[in-house]
Amino acid sequence: MARLTEENVRLAREIISRYPKPRSATIPLLHLAQEQDGFVTNEAMEHIGELVGATSAEVYGTASFYEMFKFEPVGKYLINICGTMSCALMGAEELMHHAEARLGIHMGGTTPDGLITLERAECQAACTEAPCLQVNYRYRFRVTAENFDTLVDQLQSGALEGEIPAHGTVAAVRQHIPADKAVGAIAPEDVTEGPAWLDGKAAL
Amino acid sequence: MTTIDNSAEVENTPPVDPNAVTITINGRAVAARKGELIIAAADRANEYIPRFCYHPRMSPVGMCRQCLVEIEGPRGPMMVVSCMTPVADGQVVRTDTPQVKRAHEGILELLLANHPLDCPVCDKGGECPLQDQAFSHGAGESRFVEEKRHYEKPIAISDLVFLDRERCILCDRCTRFADEVAGDPLISFTQRGNNTQVMTFPNEPFASYFSGNTVQICPVGALTAQPYRFKARPWDLEQRESTCTTCSVGCRTVVQSSRDEILRYQGVDSDPVNWGWLCDRGRFNFQSVNSEDRLVSPQVKSGDSFTSASWSDALETVARTMRLATPGSIAILGGARGTNEDAFMWATLADALGVTMRDAQMDDGLPTSIFSYTQATIDSACAGGTVILLAPDLKEELPVLHLRLRDAADKKRIRIIEVSSHESGLTKQAWRSVRAESGTIATALGALLADSEVAAQLASGPVTIVAGRANLAESSAHTMAAVDVAVGVASHAAVLPVLRRGNVRGALSVGLAPQNGKDAAAILEASANGHVECLILLGADPMSDVADADLARRGIAGAKFVVAIDTFLTQSAAHADVVLPAAAYGEKDGTTMNLEGRVTNVVQKITPRGTSRADWMIAAELADLVGHDTGVTTLADVQKLLSSRVPGFGVTTTAVAIKRDGVVVSAGTPVRTPLSATPAPTRNSYEFRLDLSRKLYDRAVGTITSPAIAELSVGASVCIHPLDLERVGAAVGATVRVSNNHSSIVLPVAASAAVPRGTAVVPFNQPGADIRELIRHGESVVDVRIESM
Repeated sequence: MARLTEENVRLAREIISRYPKPRSATIPLLHLAQEQDGFVTNEAMEHIGELVGATSAEVYGTASFYEMFKFEPVGKYLINICGTMSCALMGAEELMHHAEARLGIHMGGTTPDGLITLERAECQAACTEAPCLQVNYRYRFRVTAENFDTLVDQLQSGALEGEIPAHGTVAAVRQHIPADKAVGAIAPEDVTEGPAWLDGKAAL
Repeated sequence: MTTIDNSAEVENTPPVDPNAVTITINGRAVAARKGELIIAAADRANEYIPRFCYHPRMSPVGMCRQCLVEIEGPRGPMMVVSCMTPVADGQVVRTDTPQVKRAHEGILELLLANHPLDCPVCDKGGECPLQDQAFSHGAGESRFVEEKRHYEKPIAISDLVFLDRERCILCDRCTRFADEVAGDPLISFTQRGNNTQVMTFPNEPFASYFSGNTVQICPVGALTAQPYRFKARPWDLEQRESTCTTCSVGCRTVVQSSRDEILRYQGVDSDPVNWGWLCDRGRFNFQSVNSEDRLVSPQVKSGDSFTSASWSDALETVARTMRLATPGSIAILGGARGTNEDAFMWATLADALGVTMRDAQMDDGLPTSIFSYTQATIDSACAGGTVILLAPDLKEELPVLHLRLRDAADKKRIRIIEVSSHESGLTKQAWRSVRAESGTIATALGALLADSEVAAQLASGPVTIVAGRANLAESSAHTMAAVDVAVGVASHAAVLPVLRRGNVRGALSVGLAPQNGKDAAAILEASANGHVECLILLGADPMSDVADADLARRGIAGAKFVVAIDTFLTQSAAHADVVLPAAAYGEKDGTTMNLEGRVTNVVQKITPRGTSRADWMIAAELADLVGHDTGVTTLADVQKLLSSRVPGFGVTTTAVAIKRDGVVVSAGTPVRTPLSATPAPTRNSYEFRLDLSRKLYDRAVGTITSPAIAELSVGASVCIHPLDLERVGAAVGATVRVSNNHSSIVLPVAASAAVPRGTAVVPFNQPGADIRELIRHGESVVDVRIESM
């Protein structure tokens, strides 16, 4: 699987139509590509360039800024362990060492069976629940060595199959704007009036 | 942050300028214009502010922060980047305070923290803005003791450009150029953050026709050009300012050489012409001047092979033939590759001999009556109004003119109306772009201009018609008819003729224009019929350049005696009886005329190869030998004669030499002979109309003898619409048979939606099977059958 599937192209066109300029849809389409293949393939970036009217180099320039877009295959489950201040104080370093030992890989590596990729991450905004981690961007709080092992056991046994979707899945439910509810995109240059609040037309 | 677009304000200066403001820079009052940037105003006032990312021909980005200055604010002095801050009336700017100095030193120290100090092995060393400004504005010492970053170095981001990421200071000049100026955003900042680097998409090289400019504007040694890498140090180079004659745009360049070998061309900013840009073909074809294959001595044919001869023997052989030939039986083809002086002396010789058969074009341009319309300049076309494109793809033929028009359309100064038989590099920028089959361009243009919105647009301002030969398999009469249609609707329109050969307009203006309507095709036909006793090829290679290959072959074969004056033994020169080696570009002084009629100088930088001579010298000597002494011994003599004989060339050559921008000469207006375009026959639905158009890189002698660009030609192929491809029943890349009544050839097939249905686009003069076998001069259009094999 490389370029976007027919179904995803249809979705991509709908997403593009939400924006005044096609290029604005670059990042949502990259998510779509990552959802499709688990990572962003070169072919998908070329395809996105064609869809939004940009060169592949421009799409790649945009995509490569974002840590969460992967350009190489990652495991089915991506575990990001937070290493920023609160988590570090609450034992994130020890947790990482434990995780490396348990999985037999280094940070950034993937288990040979392709199931789990381990990564160190910056603050995940759950300081009160430190140390924390995310599995495919789903939270696990106050993680200890023991419940890390339980988590890995569950991932390996497939017990979390329904709860944690495959890497790249952004939302369990696809956002869909029915045609009659869509506002329609107005290009900035076509806007003739200022916003209502600026003209004092609408009560705040 | 404000984005500044001062393009709209540059035009139409009223007597009292409401945009005039006065600012103070370091205590001096400086006149400036609203919207102008502080750094630009300071440049004019000779107050140098250090900079890396700022480039006057590109939009400001404020990437490098080196140009910090202090301005008086309501709460005392404050630091601003002078490349992003517009001037304001009464603004007080200081560039010399201790705070500014500290800021400059600080930024430089930060830039140098990540920059390898490999100046001794860096090509940029000696002409490097970072090196220079580190000395002039830096602290002199760095506190950075840590390990510097390391990248693989260098990586080829295209066939011509190498990238050394360690040296890059992320000024955004190359990426901005690729996006804004060239319109080929194939390089971009990637891995933004701590590891930001300029990079192409994986396996998609920076294959832009303008990539060499990024090397020139790179303020460090991060981008280097393959042909110049490790060839010379800047202090070893000698240079003279000249004009590029690869095509007829006439870009200003400097020719740089070391040890009598040309090593580099760099673009020079000429405001009315090239804005400092060059195309890669013009930039890198200096290699052809240095080629080992250059002709170094006169060659005289004995039997089937050439033997070297002395100049006196060779010239005497030619002169004898000329003396014995019936006056009406001598013909001169070419002259567009030399200087005005070269062409003029040959025209003088031709006049003395009573030669009427002469043409500087190879049946691949337009009739000289194109000069009889009101003439436009590049600047006038780009200043405003409407531009009607009835031209070949300018990106392929006249790349820097493409850049100028692209910029004008992009900044919304002009609206482009394009009528063409396939999409061009400017189609995206066009306000209206319609596809019309070859032979129907005039009709399609008429229909388009009848549209009320288009008519209103034409009436709203100046109109420029950019006219050139878009399709070599279509009679030029169709283009001329389309020009007449446009002029008929917009009588105030001016014409910018885009004949592509370097000095074709100069050669036509100084006396090598066809007489009595007898153009190159007619001359070759006469020659084929045995009416030419002496055919002189003045840097012309009809066998490669004339679209009707059969005619060229018969013409050369039919001439009793052929003299070729050239830098290389071209296909046609190989059939000559005498070959005289000509001095190449960079080996002779003189003047040249660009497509708008602008006369600028070209200079000698190196010694001519072998015993080669400038064309004008050869003409002068031959004139002497045939008994018409012209009294010319020096170039100055030629120029004196030229300025007295040719109307409009009264400009003294010193005036041209000292003026970077040259002088636009309005030579005598040729008479417009009414042309009747043979209506194109209707195409059979199973046939394709042939569109034979040029690519930037082809088998032109200057390209194939320059190793850096020789391999960049796309190769012969036939490109049709994807649906047509399906109809033909072939796959992309498969070979198909392209045939008509005249001949049949086999070509690989490509598909593109840029080609309308029923049209087959074939690039001209590419390595591979020769489509010219299917073309016969004088046919209105060429239709071909395409069959899968």
